[in-house]
Amino acid sequence: MMRYLMPLAIFMVLAVFLLVGLTLNPRQVPSPLIDKPAPKFQLNQLHEPEKIMSSDDNLGKVWMLNVWASWCVACRDEHPLLVQLANSGIIPIYGLNYKDERNTALQWLKRYGDPYAISIVDVDGKVGIDYGVYGVPETYVIDKKGIIRHKQIGPVTVDSLEKTILPLIKELQNQA
Amino acid sequence: MICQFCNVVRAIIFTLVLFLVSPFNTWAKEAIPVAEDPEIEKRMLALTVDLRCLVCQNESIADSRAEFSNDIRREIREQIKANKTDKEIVQFLVDRYGDFVLYNPPMKPTTILLWFGPVILFMIGLGSLVVYLRRRRLQIEDVALSPEQINEAEALLNEDKKGKNV
Repeated sequence: MMRYLMPLAIFMVLAVFLLVGLTLNPRQVPSPLIDKPAPKFQLNQLHEPEKIMSSDDNLGKVWMLNVWASWCVACRDEHPLLVQLANSGIIPIYGLNYKDERNTALQWLKRYGDPYAISIVDVDGKVGIDYGVYGVPETYVIDKKGIIRHKQIGPVTVDSLEKTILPLIKELQNQA
Repeated sequence: MICQFCNVVRAIIFTLVLFLVSPFNTWAKEAIPVAEDPEIEKRMLALTVDLRCLVCQNESIADSRAEFSNDIRREIREQIKANKTDKEIVQFLVDRYGDFVLYNPPMKPTTILLWFGPVILFMIGLGSLVVYLRRRRLQIEDVALSPEQINEAEALLNEDKKGKNV
Protein backbone atom coordinates (compact mmCIF):
# COMPACT_ATOMS: atom_id res chain seq x y z
CA MET A 1 0.00 0.00 0.00
CA MET A 2 2.76 2.43 1.00
CA ARG A 3 4.35 1.75 -2.33
CA TYR A 4 1.48 3.42 -4.12
CA LEU A 5 0.66 6.03 -1.51
CA MET A 6 4.12 7.56 -1.24
CA PRO A 7 4.51 8.60 -4.88
CA LEU A 8 0.94 9.86 -4.82
CA ALA A 9 1.65 11.93 -1.71
CA ILE A 10 4.83 13.35 -3.21
CA PHE A 11 2.98 14.15 -6.41
CA MET A 12 0.23 15.91 -4.46
CA VAL A 13 2.73 18.06 -2.55
CA LEU A 14 4.48 18.98 -5.78
CA ALA A 15 1.18 19.73 -7.49
CA VAL A 16 0.10 22.02 -4.66
CA PHE A 17 3.38 23.94 -4.83
CA LEU A 18 3.14 24.31 -8.59
CA LEU A 19 -0.50 25.34 -8.36
CA VAL A 20 0.34 28.07 -5.86
CA GLY A 21 3.20 29.09 -8.14
CA LEU A 22 0.76 29.55 -11.00
CA THR A 23 -1.24 32.11 -9.08
CA LEU A 24 1.82 34.20 -8.21
CA ASN A 25 2.74 37.06 -10.48
CA PRO A 26 6.51 37.38 -10.90
CA ARG A 27 6.02 40.97 -11.99
CA GLN A 28 4.65 41.90 -8.59
CA VAL A 29 7.82 42.62 -6.70
CA PRO A 30 6.93 43.64 -3.17
CA SER A 31 8.15 47.16 -2.62
CA PRO A 32 10.43 47.77 0.35
CA LEU A 33 8.91 51.25 0.53
CA ILE A 34 5.60 50.11 2.00
CA ASP A 35 5.15 51.64 5.46
CA LYS A 36 8.18 53.86 4.85
CA PRO A 37 8.12 57.62 4.36
CA ALA A 38 7.41 58.54 0.75
CA PRO A 39 10.63 59.80 -0.87
CA LYS A 40 10.73 63.58 -0.97
CA PHE A 41 10.63 65.44 -4.23
CA GLN A 42 10.50 68.97 -5.56
CA LEU A 43 9.39 68.91 -9.15
CA ASN A 44 8.10 71.30 -11.75
CA GLN A 45 4.44 71.09 -12.58
CA LEU A 46 3.29 69.93 -15.96
CA HIS A 47 0.69 72.60 -16.65
CA GLU A 48 2.58 75.47 -15.10
CA PRO A 49 6.24 74.57 -15.49
CA GLU A 50 7.38 77.60 -13.52
CA LYS A 51 5.61 76.28 -10.43
CA ILE A 52 7.15 73.68 -8.20
CA MET A 53 5.35 71.08 -6.18
CA SER A 54 6.92 69.50 -3.13
CA SER A 55 5.94 66.16 -1.63
CA ASP A 56 5.54 67.94 1.69
CA ASP A 57 2.68 69.99 0.28
CA ASN A 58 0.42 67.00 0.77
CA LEU A 59 1.20 66.32 4.42
CA GLY A 60 -2.00 66.09 6.39
CA LYS A 61 -4.09 64.44 3.70
CA VAL A 62 -4.39 61.02 2.17
CA TRP A 63 -3.38 61.17 -1.47
CA MET A 64 -2.52 59.03 -4.43
CA LEU A 65 0.55 59.32 -6.59
CA ASN A 66 0.00 57.84 -10.02
CA VAL A 67 3.02 57.34 -12.25
CA TRP A 68 1.99 57.79 -15.87
CA ALA A 69 3.30 58.66 -19.30
CA SER A 70 1.80 59.34 -22.69
CA TRP A 71 3.93 56.56 -24.17
CA CYS A 72 2.54 54.05 -21.68
CA VAL A 73 -0.15 51.89 -23.25
CA ALA A 74 -1.36 50.30 -20.02
CA CYS A 75 -1.94 53.79 -18.61
CA ARG A 76 -4.81 54.15 -21.05
CA ASP A 77 -6.47 51.09 -19.52
CA GLU A 78 -6.62 52.50 -16.04
CA HIS A 79 -7.20 56.10 -17.05
CA PRO A 80 -11.03 56.10 -17.18
CA LEU A 81 -11.05 54.61 -13.68
CA LEU A 82 -8.75 57.33 -12.38
CA VAL A 83 -10.93 60.02 -13.96
CA GLN A 84 -13.95 58.47 -12.31
CA LEU A 85 -12.19 58.27 -8.96
CA ALA A 86 -11.04 61.87 -9.21
CA ASN A 87 -14.56 63.02 -10.08
CA SER A 88 -15.96 61.21 -7.05
CA GLY A 89 -13.79 63.46 -4.87
CA ILE A 90 -12.83 60.57 -2.60
CA ILE A 91 -9.12 61.23 -2.85
CA PRO A 92 -6.87 63.68 -4.69
CA ILE A 93 -4.71 62.03 -7.31
CA TYR A 94 -1.36 63.51 -8.20
CA GLY A 95 0.31 62.48 -11.43
CA LEU A 96 3.99 61.83 -11.82
CA ASN A 97 4.59 62.32 -15.50
CA TYR A 98 7.43 59.89 -15.94
CA LYS A 99 10.10 60.34 -18.63
CA ASP A 100 7.71 62.02 -20.99
CA GLU A 101 7.63 64.91 -23.39
CA ARG A 102 5.69 67.91 -22.17
CA ASN A 103 3.59 68.61 -25.25
CA THR A 104 2.59 65.01 -25.88
CA ALA A 105 1.76 64.64 -22.20
CA LEU A 106 -0.51 67.69 -22.27
CA GLN A 107 -2.20 66.47 -25.45
CA TRP A 108 -2.68 63.06 -23.91
CA LEU A 109 -4.45 64.58 -20.90
CA LYS A 110 -6.65 66.67 -23.17
CA ARG A 111 -7.63 63.60 -25.12
CA TYR A 112 -8.23 61.12 -22.31
CA GLY A 113 -9.21 63.48 -19.50
CA ASP A 114 -7.18 64.87 -16.63
CA PRO A 115 -7.82 63.24 -13.25
CA TYR A 116 -4.84 64.87 -11.59
CA ALA A 117 -5.00 67.62 -9.01
CA ILE A 118 -1.49 68.41 -10.17
CA SER A 119 0.82 66.62 -12.54
CA ILE A 120 4.52 66.92 -11.89
CA VAL A 121 7.29 66.24 -14.33
CA ASP A 122 10.02 63.68 -13.80
CA VAL A 123 11.93 64.08 -17.05
CA ASP A 124 14.92 61.87 -16.37
CA GLY A 125 13.16 59.37 -14.10
CA LYS A 126 15.21 60.26 -11.01
CA VAL A 127 12.23 60.55 -8.69
CA GLY A 128 10.96 57.37 -10.32
CA ILE A 129 14.06 55.55 -9.11
CA ASP A 130 13.52 56.95 -5.60
CA TYR A 131 10.02 55.49 -5.64
CA GLY A 132 11.23 52.17 -7.02
CA VAL A 133 9.30 52.58 -10.25
CA TYR A 134 10.08 49.90 -12.81
CA GLY A 135 6.89 49.50 -14.75
CA VAL A 136 4.50 52.28 -15.57
CA PRO A 137 1.73 52.68 -14.48
CA GLU A 138 2.30 52.44 -10.77
CA THR A 139 0.15 53.95 -8.08
CA TYR A 140 0.99 54.77 -4.49
CA VAL A 141 -1.39 55.49 -1.64
CA ILE A 142 0.24 57.86 0.83
CA ASP A 143 -1.21 58.65 4.23
CA LYS A 144 -1.51 61.87 6.20
CA LYS A 145 1.93 61.49 7.71
CA GLY A 146 3.51 60.99 4.31
CA ILE A 147 3.95 57.25 4.68
CA ILE A 148 3.47 54.97 1.67
CA ARG A 149 0.71 52.51 2.54
CA HIS A 150 0.12 50.75 -0.74
CA LYS A 151 1.71 50.32 -4.11
CA GLN A 152 -0.18 49.12 -7.11
CA ILE A 153 2.09 47.83 -9.83
CA GLY A 154 0.48 47.96 -13.24
CA PRO A 155 -2.90 49.44 -14.04
CA VAL A 156 -5.47 50.06 -11.34
CA THR A 157 -8.45 47.78 -11.95
CA VAL A 158 -12.01 47.82 -10.68
CA ASP A 159 -11.11 44.78 -8.64
CA SER A 160 -8.01 46.25 -7.00
CA LEU A 161 -9.83 49.51 -6.42
CA GLU A 162 -12.84 47.96 -4.69
CA LYS A 163 -11.05 45.24 -2.80
CA THR A 164 -7.88 46.98 -1.68
CA ILE A 165 -7.47 50.63 -2.49
CA LEU A 166 -10.84 52.13 -1.53
CA PRO A 167 -11.12 50.33 1.83
CA LEU A 168 -7.55 51.36 2.61
CA ILE A 169 -8.23 54.99 1.74
CA LYS A 170 -11.26 54.98 4.00
CA GLU A 171 -9.25 53.54 6.85
CA LEU A 172 -6.42 56.02 6.37
CA GLN A 173 -8.74 58.98 6.14
CA ASN A 174 -10.31 58.03 9.45
CA GLN A 175 -6.92 58.09 11.12
CA ALA A 176 -5.91 61.21 12.94
CA MET B 1 41.55 85.30 -68.14
CA ILE B 2 37.80 85.33 -67.45
CA CYS B 3 38.39 83.91 -64.00
CA GLN B 4 41.26 85.70 -62.43
CA PHE B 5 40.46 84.72 -58.90
CA CYS B 6 39.19 81.29 -59.71
CA ASN B 7 41.96 79.53 -57.83
CA VAL B 8 41.50 81.71 -54.78
CA VAL B 9 37.72 81.21 -54.77
CA ARG B 10 38.16 77.50 -55.27
CA ALA B 11 40.55 77.35 -52.35
CA ILE B 12 38.14 79.21 -50.09
CA ILE B 13 35.22 77.00 -51.06
CA PHE B 14 37.34 73.93 -50.56
CA THR B 15 38.29 74.97 -47.04
CA LEU B 16 34.69 75.81 -46.19
CA VAL B 17 33.49 72.44 -47.42
CA LEU B 18 36.21 70.73 -45.43
CA PHE B 19 35.04 72.50 -42.29
CA LEU B 20 31.45 71.52 -42.89
CA VAL B 21 32.27 67.92 -43.64
CA SER B 22 34.62 67.35 -40.75
CA PRO B 23 32.90 65.95 -37.68
CA PHE B 24 32.33 68.56 -35.06
CA ASN B 25 34.11 66.68 -32.33
CA THR B 26 37.45 67.07 -34.03
CA TRP B 27 37.28 70.82 -33.68
CA ALA B 28 37.92 70.81 -30.00
CA LYS B 29 38.41 68.18 -27.39
CA GLU B 30 35.21 67.84 -25.42
CA ALA B 31 34.95 66.61 -21.87
CA ILE B 32 34.65 62.81 -21.85
CA PRO B 33 31.11 61.79 -21.01
CA VAL B 34 30.83 59.80 -17.80
CA ALA B 35 29.83 56.71 -19.75
CA GLU B 36 33.17 56.63 -21.48
CA ASP B 37 35.37 56.81 -18.43
CA PRO B 38 36.81 53.26 -18.42
CA GLU B 39 37.36 53.16 -14.65
CA ILE B 40 33.77 54.11 -13.84
CA GLU B 41 32.51 51.81 -16.57
CA LYS B 42 34.47 48.90 -15.15
CA ARG B 43 33.13 49.40 -11.65
CA MET B 44 29.61 49.94 -12.94
CA LEU B 45 29.76 46.70 -14.93
CA ALA B 46 31.16 44.73 -12.01
CA LEU B 47 28.24 45.95 -9.90
CA THR B 48 25.48 45.45 -12.43
CA VAL B 49 26.23 41.85 -13.42
CA ASP B 50 24.88 40.87 -9.99
CA LEU B 51 21.81 43.06 -10.20
CA ARG B 52 18.52 41.99 -11.69
CA CYS B 53 16.69 44.05 -14.25
CA LEU B 54 13.17 44.26 -12.84
CA VAL B 55 11.56 44.70 -16.23
CA CYS B 56 13.25 41.78 -17.95
CA GLN B 57 13.68 39.59 -14.94
CA ASN B 58 16.05 37.02 -16.33
CA GLU B 59 18.64 39.54 -17.38
CA SER B 60 21.15 41.39 -15.31
CA ILE B 61 21.21 45.16 -15.42
CA ALA B 62 24.59 44.89 -17.12
CA ASP B 63 23.16 42.82 -19.99
CA SER B 64 19.77 44.38 -20.35
CA ARG B 65 18.98 47.04 -22.88
CA ALA B 66 15.70 47.99 -21.24
CA GLU B 67 15.09 51.62 -20.47
CA PHE B 68 14.97 50.72 -16.80
CA SER B 69 18.47 49.26 -16.86
CA ASN B 70 19.71 52.26 -18.76
CA ASP B 71 18.47 54.53 -16.02
CA ILE B 72 19.95 52.39 -13.28
CA ARG B 73 23.30 52.25 -15.05
CA ARG B 74 23.27 56.02 -15.39
CA GLU B 75 22.37 56.38 -11.73
CA ILE B 76 25.22 54.05 -10.72
CA ARG B 77 27.71 55.93 -12.89
CA GLU B 78 26.70 59.17 -11.25
CA GLN B 79 27.01 57.69 -7.80
CA ILE B 80 30.44 56.25 -8.57
CA LYS B 81 31.44 59.69 -9.75
CA ALA B 82 30.14 61.08 -6.47
CA ASN B 83 32.58 58.74 -4.68
CA LYS B 84 29.97 56.39 -3.26
CA THR B 85 31.24 52.97 -2.27
CA ASP B 86 29.90 49.83 -3.96
CA LYS B 87 28.14 48.91 -0.74
CA GLU B 88 26.37 52.26 -0.56
CA ILE B 89 25.25 51.99 -4.16
CA VAL B 90 23.84 48.49 -3.72
CA GLN B 91 22.10 49.59 -0.52
CA PHE B 92 20.63 52.54 -2.41
CA LEU B 93 19.05 50.15 -4.91
CA VAL B 94 17.93 47.62 -2.29
CA ASP B 95 16.21 50.43 -0.36
CA ARG B 96 14.17 51.23 -3.45
CA TYR B 97 13.66 47.93 -5.20
CA GLY B 98 14.09 45.39 -2.42
CA ASP B 99 16.31 42.32 -2.21
CA PHE B 100 14.82 41.20 -5.49
CA VAL B 101 17.34 43.33 -7.42
CA LEU B 102 20.13 41.21 -5.99
CA TYR B 103 20.99 37.99 -7.79
CA ASN B 104 22.74 36.94 -4.59
CA PRO B 105 20.06 37.18 -1.92
CA PRO B 106 21.33 38.06 1.56
CA MET B 107 21.05 35.51 4.36
CA LYS B 108 18.06 36.51 6.45
CA PRO B 109 15.37 34.64 8.40
CA THR B 110 13.11 34.83 5.34
CA THR B 111 15.73 33.42 3.01
CA ILE B 112 17.02 30.56 5.17
CA LEU B 113 14.90 28.05 3.29
CA LEU B 114 16.20 29.44 0.03
CA TRP B 115 19.80 29.05 1.12
CA PHE B 116 19.57 25.71 2.87
CA GLY B 117 16.53 24.16 1.18
CA PRO B 118 18.59 22.34 -1.46
CA VAL B 119 20.99 20.93 1.16
CA ILE B 120 18.06 19.78 3.30
CA LEU B 121 16.38 18.16 0.29
CA PHE B 122 19.65 16.46 -0.61
CA MET B 123 20.00 15.11 2.93
CA ILE B 124 16.43 13.76 2.88
CA GLY B 125 17.13 12.11 -0.48
CA LEU B 126 20.40 10.61 0.73
CA GLY B 127 18.74 9.38 3.94
CA SER B 128 15.89 7.68 2.13
CA LEU B 129 18.31 6.09 -0.33
CA VAL B 130 20.35 4.59 2.54
CA VAL B 131 17.20 3.33 4.27
CA TYR B 132 15.92 1.85 1.04
CA LEU B 133 19.18 0.08 0.22
CA ARG B 134 19.48 -1.36 3.72
CA ARG B 135 15.96 -2.62 3.70
CA ARG B 136 16.45 -4.21 0.32
CA ARG B 137 19.59 -6.03 1.45
CA LEU B 138 17.77 -7.39 4.48
CA GLN B 139 14.94 -8.56 2.30
CA ILE B 140 17.29 -10.37 -0.03
CA GLU B 141 19.01 -12.17 2.87
CA ASP B 142 15.76 -13.08 4.54
CA VAL B 143 14.18 -14.73 1.57
CA ALA B 144 14.77 -18.46 1.66
CA LEU B 145 12.61 -20.98 -0.15
CA SER B 146 10.21 -23.02 1.93
CA PRO B 147 10.29 -26.83 1.50
CA GLU B 148 7.04 -26.70 -0.45
CA GLN B 149 8.51 -24.15 -2.82
CA ILE B 150 11.58 -26.30 -3.34
CA ASN B 151 9.40 -29.33 -4.11
CA GLU B 152 7.34 -27.29 -6.48
CA ALA B 153 10.41 -26.01 -8.27
CA GLU B 154 11.82 -29.50 -8.59
CA ALA B 155 8.54 -30.81 -9.90
CA LEU B 156 8.54 -28.10 -12.55
CA LEU B 157 12.11 -28.90 -13.53
CA ASN B 158 11.35 -32.62 -13.76
CA GLU B 159 8.27 -31.94 -15.81
CA ASP B 160 10.46 -30.05 -18.20
CA LYS B 161 12.88 -32.96 -18.48
CA LYS B 162 10.04 -35.42 -19.02
CA GLY B 163 8.58 -33.25 -21.68
CA LYS B 164 11.87 -33.22 -23.54
CA ASN B 165 12.25 -37.01 -23.27
CA VAL B 166 8.88 -37.65 -24.80
